[in-house]
Amino acid sequence: MWYKSTMLMESGTKIESSGAVVVEAMIEAEGLVKTYGKRDKAVRALGGLSFRARRGTVFALLGPNGAGKSTAVKILTTLTRPDEGQALVAGTDVVAYPDRVRRTIGVVSQGTGVDIQATGRENLRLQGQLYGMRGRRLEERASELLERFGLADAADRIARGYSGGMRRRLDIAMSLVHDPQVLFLDEPTTGLDPEVRADMWDQIAALASEQDKTVLLTTHYLEEADQLAARVAIVDRGKVVAEGTPEELKSELRGDAVYVELAEPAVDGAVRDALAPIAGVREVAVDGRALRARAEDGGRAVPSVLQALEARGIEVLSVRVARPSLDDVYLRYAGRTFQEAESEETEVKK
Amino acid sequence: MTVVRHSYFMTIRHVRELLRQPWWIAVTLVQPVIWLLLFGALFKNVVNIPGFNSTNYIEFLAPGVIVMTALFASGWGGMPLIDDIERGVTDRFLVSPVKRTALISGRLVHSSLTIAIQSVIIVVLALIDGAAFAGGFGGVVVMIAVAILLGASFGALSNGLALLARREETLIAIMNFVLLPLTFLSSAFMQQNLIPTWMQHVADFNPVNWAVVAGRSAVSANPDWGLIASRAGFLVALLLVCLAFATRAFRTYQRSV
Repeated sequence: MWYKSTMLMESGTKIESSGAVVVEAMIEAEGLVKTYGKRDKAVRALGGLSFRARRGTVFALLGPNGAGKSTAVKILTTLTRPDEGQALVAGTDVVAYPDRVRRTIGVVSQGTGVDIQATGRENLRLQGQLYGMRGRRLEERASELLERFGLADAADRIARGYSGGMRRRLDIAMSLVHDPQVLFLDEPTTGLDPEVRADMWDQIAALASEQDKTVLLTTHYLEEADQLAARVAIVDRGKVVAEGTPEELKSELRGDAVYVELAEPAVDGAVRDALAPIAGVREVAVDGRALRARAEDGGRAVPSVLQALEARGIEVLSVRVARPSLDDVYLRYAGRTFQEAESEETEVKK
Repeated sequence: MTVVRHSYFMTIRHVRELLRQPWWIAVTLVQPVIWLLLFGALFKNVVNIPGFNSTNYIEFLAPGVIVMTALFASGWGGMPLIDDIERGVTDRFLVSPVKRTALISGRLVHSSLTIAIQSVIIVVLALIDGAAFAGGFGGVVVMIAVAILLGASFGALSNGLALLARREETLIAIMNFVLLPLTFLSSAFMQQNLIPTWMQHVADFNPVNWAVVAGRSAVSANPDWGLIASRAGFLVALLLVCLAFATRAFRTYQRSV
């Protein structure tokens, strides 16, 4: 196994074209496979998942529920083992040296890990003790984190009485108590009110800007990945189907989306014929009164589109031009929309 | 010794819960007190059966009730662990450098403390109700100690099963199937040579009976120290096996999450 790990290390450590800056891959997953259950009941959660997250960045695994994101996090955080493949965190193999990996990572898992029968401060204290912290240093660290996450007033209250947002903030504070290099946040904002979620985004963004912290974020909120992550890997059915910066992923779709609302349902062929001569307009599709197309430059294409439709006597109610969203990206790579994937996965679970 | 330190941290966690709701000890005592006082009164005349060696049924019954209390409290010991698993607390510990053994031993130390407190209360009640415990203070300490040994074994077993089953219903089913039969297949309520022969044979291999026999002998006027030592030895061996099982159960658990 040693040669394999060396190879991974080398490929993960790149020399930037700008100079001799060495960028390390802090999280590396290579061909992870994991199947739960046996024989006919077996469910394959991961089917060869690979990605690499660089030091000091936020990397997002984006996908619907059941895509395998949490399984990947469980393997990378040493909670469970892969059937196949290899995972390195900070250059250390998670299967061979789980204890070493555990000291370098902080984990906020899906749901919560708060002991609701203890106070916020007691939760933090125990967590710190498990990492060998003690005495004044531990007490100061606990107070600092309670302060930072707005829990100072509730610090000595039993966590059972905390709101969902407070528990989540305590979760994150606990994951940070030993100042880990790598932070795993598994669906950190699922189940939170929109307001609380926005607050959580600020906290996560602040974490990421801290020097040298690498954050792996899993989410099924497109806008969350878009907003927080430097790089995004789109996960579908246990595999990474696309990867890049949010901008790269969106620009691969070449052009903007043009949405036209028609006054009356139109025939697909007629509309397509009308728009065919316009340069730079592609992928025209009509569904009832909704017309969808893609254009190199949406703003410039709109007048010609309107003209062409008017010439055929097709009345237009409204036009909207949008930069492609990650939803569009997902549709392109997974072959289904995010919503479809979500509902399919929930059905599978039932 | 990291294991000892981690066990201490975990013990603090559980004892703190106990201190925050001390009335819980009173709740868990309701059943044993009913056994001791009502069952004791109901079968008071058992001592008149020819061949029965004791003259006071309460004194005879008390070691049985103490062992039974330890057994039941520990048998359900896996339930809070299932709570922890469902709340994600266990997973959080498992991705930290905590020693797996400490996750079990912290719970066992806590339940041992509870058993000790409950046993003392039962002893006091038995004394008030007329028991003499000729074995004296030392004998009572030994009796409580063997009850704790049995309790720790079943506590470890219950925690291991909790990790494998991960469902309260399953644990409840298994323990219902095990706890009461083990209690009745012992000399907790009746002198061993007066119960049916097949039961006497089963009782010889029943850990609950080991604890009852050793405890009862320890508080009697003439303790049989050879017998006490051998039964305590069996219980220590059982405890080690159950601890190994519980620690290994973490591996199986981690494979399946």
